[in-house]
Amino acid sequence: MSSQSNVMPESTLRAQGIAAAPFPAARLMYWSVRRELWENRAIYVAPAGVACVFLFGFSISILHLLVEMRAAPWLDVMQQRELFGQPYEFAEDLIMGTALLVGLFYSVDALYGERRDRSILFWKSLPVSDLITVLSKAAVPIVVLPLLAFAITVLTQWMMLLLSSAVLLGSGQNVAILWSRVGIFHRWPMLLFHFLCIHGLWQSPIYAWLLLISVWARRVPILWAALPPLTIGIVEKVAFNTTYFGSLIGNRFTGGSEGIAIMERGRAMDPMMLFAPLNFLINPGLWIGLAVTAAFLATAVRLRRGRGPI
Amino acid sequence: MACIEARGLRKEFGTTIALDGIEMRVEEGRILGLIGPNGAGKTTALNAILGLLPYQGELQVLGRDPWTQRDQLMRDVSFIADVAVLPRWIKVWQVLDYVAGVHPRFDRAKAESFLAKTTIGYARRVRDLSKGMVAQLHLALVMAIDARLLVLDEPTLGLDILFRKQFYDSLLNDYYDRSRTIIVTTHQVEEIQHVITDLMFINRGRVVLSYSMEEIESRFLELMVHPDQVDAARALKPIDERQVIDGSILMFEGADRQQVATLGEARTPGIADLFVAVIANQDKQAQGAAR
Repeated sequence: MSSQSNVMPESTLRAQGIAAAPFPAARLMYWSVRRELWENRAIYVAPAGVACVFLFGFSISILHLLVEMRAAPWLDVMQQRELFGQPYEFAEDLIMGTALLVGLFYSVDALYGERRDRSILFWKSLPVSDLITVLSKAAVPIVVLPLLAFAITVLTQWMMLLLSSAVLLGSGQNVAILWSRVGIFHRWPMLLFHFLCIHGLWQSPIYAWLLLISVWARRVPILWAALPPLTIGIVEKVAFNTTYFGSLIGNRFTGGSEGIAIMERGRAMDPMMLFAPLNFLINPGLWIGLAVTAAFLATAVRLRRGRGPI
Repeated sequence: MACIEARGLRKEFGTTIALDGIEMRVEEGRILGLIGPNGAGKTTALNAILGLLPYQGELQVLGRDPWTQRDQLMRDVSFIADVAVLPRWIKVWQVLDYVAGVHPRFDRAKAESFLAKTTIGYARRVRDLSKGMVAQLHLALVMAIDARLLVLDEPTLGLDILFRKQFYDSLLNDYYDRSRTIIVTTHQVEEIQHVITDLMFINRGRVVLSYSMEEIESRFLELMVHPDQVDAARALKPIDERQVIDGSILMFEGADRQQVATLGEARTPGIADLFVAVIANQDKQAQGAAR
């Protein structure tokens, strides 16, 4: 290529790639994900906001805690765990639910919004492939959001514990029972596993489906995303009076029996939970799901190549 | 190697033929003005060149197939599309960071020095900038990219006359260095008259005229004739004739300059007049053929 441009020394230099070797894919990926976070601040604002509101509610509930603490020594260990641990589980569930909602709304708009506001023409004027673009958008609900939600959950639970300890200490009560019974510290590794595997990997076909619809639909992607599964479910019910498809989808949302078991065991501090990751990883449902995700994303990459403003 | 080489480039949208066998070859270092009426296929041709559209026929841009190698191609090509495409939510510092993050040939300092000449603040969002400022921002980004091909599709659409003049001035003075190739389409043809080195007319998906500006000068001639000389001038077979207040203006292609000049005042036609003459003639012929 360079030999032909002998009249133009500068372009020879450029053609030889001295000035600029292509950037590694990891760098393009990093900036693409950052770009997503700039555009969609809800990814961190929504879970953090919900956590703040929850903390506010919790700080009011500490007043009850003062009363309950007096009764605590007469309860058995399980009852104590339930009493002290429950708000912490609420916090987890709330932040998980928020992350799920944010992920769903993000995904259904991710490859649609750029076509609607025509900015796809700007993104495509830069040396970032459709593969990197789609993968970076898939990484947001599958990796970034679970990690963020985990971090926010841990932070929230710490704040809860410190707040209630401060109040208890201030009123001259013992915090030893509280700290030994909330049982959050040893649950965090399990929680991280849950966020990454259930909210990330297990639910990934849902996000991949939404991304596929968002690159394909010319209008109302949310409708296109919801109607086909709904129709299939209803037709199945009418035709065969079964609900396999519906439970298949539901299973993807809840994490399936395996996912639920992980959380239950984690909360119950069941020694079996040590084996849960292994059980999860050999679950064929996980791998079938990942294959479906890969197929959806590959189709999305191909479709985006020919997509322009709408 | 040519910067762009197209042979029999075709594109159909359903039953509409947008590109009907485009042949073009653009050498490196040229500034090509691509002119055509609305719906002539300009944007389709540019989109094919930029790898935004699949096409039939042969097309090589800087030795690459744009459709399958868009991302590699974009290391050497920049473009400003015919509409404001900078995302409205992005802040000025973010777009600088991002382009610096993904483009190996982006010189951030250069972009910042262009922006320093404007009143654009780094903390502002694109949606809060005026149309002219968005164009300035986009131009600053594009000019800071050391590209080998720059494609501008109606870059000054909707800008006031001052911005438009500034736009082409900085393009010529601060960007163009004879090793880069620039393709520009616009309806404001008179603005690019003194900017371009090559001219190409596209109509109904075909290239109807393609010359360098030197060739245009030696080939085309416009003659201002007094009414009493008109018949003599018409005998020389002008390609176009139009009336003005004190006579007629006739346009000739490949005529003997000295012979023509005896009949009146001869000069090189402007691109706009040439465009009207060539395209209108072609459309008339097409209508005639249809009958």
